[in-house]
Parts: sequence; structure tokens; C-alpha cells
Amino acid sequence: MPGATLGVGVRGPGSGVRGDAARLDPVAVRARFPILGRRVNGHRLVYLDSAATTQKPEAVLEAIQRMYRYSNANVHRGVHTLAEEATAAYEACRQRVARFLHAPDPRGVVILRNATEALNLVARAWGARLGPGDEVIATAMEHHSNLVPWIMLTRERGVTLRHVPITDGGELDLGAYERMLSPRTRIVAVTAMSNVLGTINPVAEMAAAAHRVGAVVVVDGAQSVPHLPVGFAALGADFLAFSAHKAYGPTGVGFLVGRPELLDRMEPVSGGGEMIREVHLDRATWNDVPHRFEAGTPSIVDAAAFPAALDLLEELGMDAVRRHEEELVAYALERLRSLGFLRLHGPLDPARRGALVSFVDPEIHPHDQAQVLDGLGIAVRAGHHCAQPLMRRLGEVATTRASFGIHTDRDDVDALVDGLLATRRYFGG
Amino acid sequence: MDSGPTLPLDELYREVVLDHSRRPRGRDPLPRVDASARGFNPVCGDEVEVRVRVEAATVAGVQVTGRGCAICTASGSLLAEVLPGRRLDQTTSTIEAFRGVMHGQAPTGEVELGDLEALSGVARFPVRVKCAMLPWVTLEDALEAWQSGGPLLVASTEREEARP
Ligand SMILES: Cc1ncc(COP(=O)(O)O)c(C=O)c1O
Repeated sequence: MPGATLGVGVRGPGSGVRGDAARLDPVAVRARFPILGRRVNGHRLVYLDSAATTQKPEAVLEAIQRMYRYSNANVHRGVHTLAEEATAAYEACRQRVARFLHAPDPRGVVILRNATEALNLVARAWGARLGPGDEVIATAMEHHSNLVPWIMLTRERGVTLRHVPITDGGELDLGAYERMLSPRTRIVAVTAMSNVLGTINPVAEMAAAAHRVGAVVVVDGAQSVPHLPVGFAALGADFLAFSAHKAYGPTGVGFLVGRPELLDRMEPVSGGGEMIREVHLDRATWNDVPHRFEAGTPSIVDAAAFPAALDLLEELGMDAVRRHEEELVAYALERLRSLGFLRLHGPLDPARRGALVSFVDPEIHPHDQAQVLDGLGIAVRAGHHCAQPLMRRLGEVATTRASFGIHTDRDDVDALVDGLLATRRYFGG
Repeated sequence: MDSGPTLPLDELYREVVLDHSRRPRGRDPLPRVDASARGFNPVCGDEVEVRVRVEAATVAGVQVTGRGCAICTASGSLLAEVLPGRRLDQTTSTIEAFRGVMHGQAPTGEVELGDLEALSGVARFPVRVKCAMLPWVTLEDALEAWQSGGPLLVASTEREEARP
């Protein structure tokens, strides 16, 4: 019975203070994910790559099936029953995301393909207001998705791009940030949580400072939204981008959540069906926000299935999710540190970081390490994690990253630690 | 926890491969460099530099340096060991034969592969083919640039992707 026993006290989303949050039982949660029952290379699958994409719970898989089996139709343009059902399911996703993020107005939720598309949309549409002399501030720990669109803006519009440096402890240098802000600052782009270091950035504080100089704040929430109990308003951001596929939902759906009054002032960047009000042969008027930004047939079924993932997160409670993952990261850091041979990156304080750890064994290239771990059924990611400038700053060519989720438990961390030792033995270390 | 990693891994990391990755050959500087290029694997950030000395249309010496995984390092080391003494046309066919092996083709026997065959297990790990190819595409670029007198480019394993 879905929803029967997750070992979690029933609480509403965001209720309860931290430390008093309900406990999450990862073993019960694991049972919700069919894929976690499979074996890889003869071993139990230990999935430690949730930061790249999360696995999908049964409820999401069922929702996808249900849509295709019973309610499949294109949205917004039909009067028949299926079209009406599909439209309702698609729009329910928008409502559900707004509710999950405590965003007051669903008009502020634009349904796109992924976080990358959302960040590109802001860079283009809001960036169109910028010109030479204007400045965009990003940080040295951004994913390429929240960096390259701004680099493109410097090429296209002569805008200056600046970067908040990071400290040796893997956090943003806030003093440098404050000094960088000026009336020329038009946009501040920052990730709420680093996908390499795990660092949780003080976005609300940074946003308040940015607003004092009249800049708008664009937050990359790809890693934070699925793992941290922070609503849109509390973040203090003007725009927030994230992907459903990293939040236990389907691939092909991402969101730009923005303040509707800002979205109203943005021109569309992609033209076609759905985004127009009236079209003549030589001119057109735009549809209202958010539809103005949703040209063409969207990923209807995947969007319709995403609420099932958010339902699961809220059933567990985001406070419980965070507590679980913070405890897990503390345990992982302690165990990995006790191995004695790893270079660990990111803040040492688990309270300041999200559910992932990046490390390097100086004797073994991350690619080889990930390969041997895969032989043991352990899925980790090795590489630059789409953050090449950060890798350079860390002085690494690549790192190995183990990232956690609601179904991860200490056994998974133990398997990783054993695997790292086995890898050393394998290469004769 | 049980025994250790299961099988196909040993296909990838054969003894010869591990040996070359631990003690790569061909690291020493050459007395003279005729062709050289830098290569980059954007997937993992690995980098190699290949330098070649050519005498009488024959590879007289090879130096391979850089930072890479065990497969990339072993592949560069084997390249440096196998190529000296081969004429340039034989070098080209060796590159093609090795590429064929990486893409799962059985060696034709026309080209002497020697210890390079130890890398044939890589073909079963498609993600790692680029690792093994990095020194080779870099060598290709070095020779092409040298022969055409053109500028030295940074080779990229991305082009392996576009191959049939
Ligand atoms: C911090 C961060 N931002 C953005 C992205 C891009 O997400 P997507 O590929 O779904 O657009 C990722 C995912 O890798 C990420 O970790």
C-alpha cells in the first residue's frame, strides 16, 4: 500500500523546527523505487549518483503509464475529453510546483525542459535589457549551465561578467562579493547548492545585498530544491531554476520559477504555437505569462507525472529529508576522512553542505575508481561534473562524486568505503 | 562484503595494462622533436602531450606525457613502446588498426600490434574507448600538422564520437 508505512510521523510540509523533524526510514523509502531492486555486475545496486539524476519512485512510473494509457492528448488546443484531462494534468503540475515551493502565484511557474533551459531563458530574456557597462556576477562554483549562458551574454551584449571567488574551505568569499556589488550590477547568478562541493550558499543574504543595488537574483536550484526545505519566497530570489529529473521526477521537465511581475516584462525567446495570442502574417502578440515562454508541445506526460514525486517528498517532509541527508553526509565525511588517503573537497561542516561528497584518491584516477566501483554495483560519477573552472580552482583534473538521496542509507556509505578499499587493493595500492 | 570486483574488469585492466599504467614508458624527453601536439578529453579533463622524432620517414622516438587514467596512461605508454622503428605509413596503419580494435573489430593481422592487444578489452567498455584513443588522436594530429606544415591544434577525443 503506497503511503502506508514509511516510518515517518505525519507532518505537513515545512512544519516542525529542525532537530524536531520526523525521521525518515530509508529502507522503507527504498522499497518505493523499483530500480533499487536490481543487481549490477552481480551485486546489489548502490546508487550514489542522485546529483546527476535521481531514480524514480513507483508512483511516478505509474503516473506516466496512466497518462499514456488513459489521458494522452495534446494540451490547450482541444475540446475533447482526453485533451481536457491532459491539460488539467499538465496545469496541475504547475500548481503543484508552486505549492511545493510556497510560491504564491502559479503564473510564476514556467514549465520547460530542464534547469539549463530555464537559466538560458532568463539569461536571454532578462539579459536583453543589459548592455555595455552592465555587470553580471556569477560565482566560481557554478555548473556550466549557470555560467555559459552568462558568457554568451558577454559576447552578445558586451556585458561584463564577474565571479565571486571561493575560499580554500570551499565556500563563497562573501566579503569579495559585497565589494563587487555596485549600481552597475544588474544580475547576480548563484547556485543554492554546489553540485561538486556540496556547499549550501547563503542565497537569502546574497539576494538581499543584490537587491540593495537594484540587481535581480537568479538562483540555480537544481541541487537545492530536491534536498533542502527552502521555499521560493524564503530564498529571496527573483528567479529559480530546477529540473524534475533530479527531484525524483521524469526527465524532460524543468522549471523557471520567477516573480510574475518580472516575467511580465520579459519577451519570449522561442516562438511558435502556444505562446501567442494573435498571429498575422507579419506580426503577432504574445500570450500571457507563463504560456508566453512555453512554445510548442511540452513534455506533457512527464510534467503530469512530476507531482507524484513531490507528493513523496512532502509525505516524508522536507525537514525530515534534510535531516536524513545531513546525518548521512556527516557519517560519510567521517568514514571517508578516517580512510586517511583521500583528498576531500567542500566544507567540513555537514550543516553547511548538501547530500554529496567529492573526493580524490591521489593514487587512482577517478575514472578507474568509478570503473572498479561499478564492478561492485556502486554507481558514482567521475569527472569534472560540468564545472571546469571550479576543477581548476581545486587543482584537480577530475573528482569522484558520491551523491545521496532519500533512499540512501549508511549501508550504502559503508559499501562505498569498502569499495574504495577494494579499489586500492585492485590497483595494488 | 564479497570477494571483489567481478569479471569483465580484469578484461579491461589486464596485467600488461596495469604494468604500463604504473610505470609508463616513453616519458623521457627526446633529443629533437619534429612533430608534437596536445590532446584533451573533455569528458574527464585528461590531457596528454605527444612528441615525435622522425628520421628518414620513420618514427625514431616518441615521448608521451600528461595526466590521465590508467587506460589513457597505459595506451600512451604502449604507443611510445610500439611505434619507434615503424615507417610513417606503417604508423598510420597502426593507428587505424588500433582504432579498429577499440571499436570491437578483430585484428586483421596485417599490422603487428604486439602488446597493444592487451588493450582490446577496452572495446567492451564504450565509455573508456576515448581514454585509450586520446594519445592516438593526439599523435594523428601531431603527424598531420607536421606533414602539412600546418598549425598545431589541440586534439580532442570528441571526434571519436562522430566516427561510424
Ligand atoms: C548545480 C546544477 N545546475 C544545473 C544543472 C543542469 O541540470 P539539467 O542538465 O537538468 O539542465 C545541474 C545538473 O547537472 C546541476 O547540478
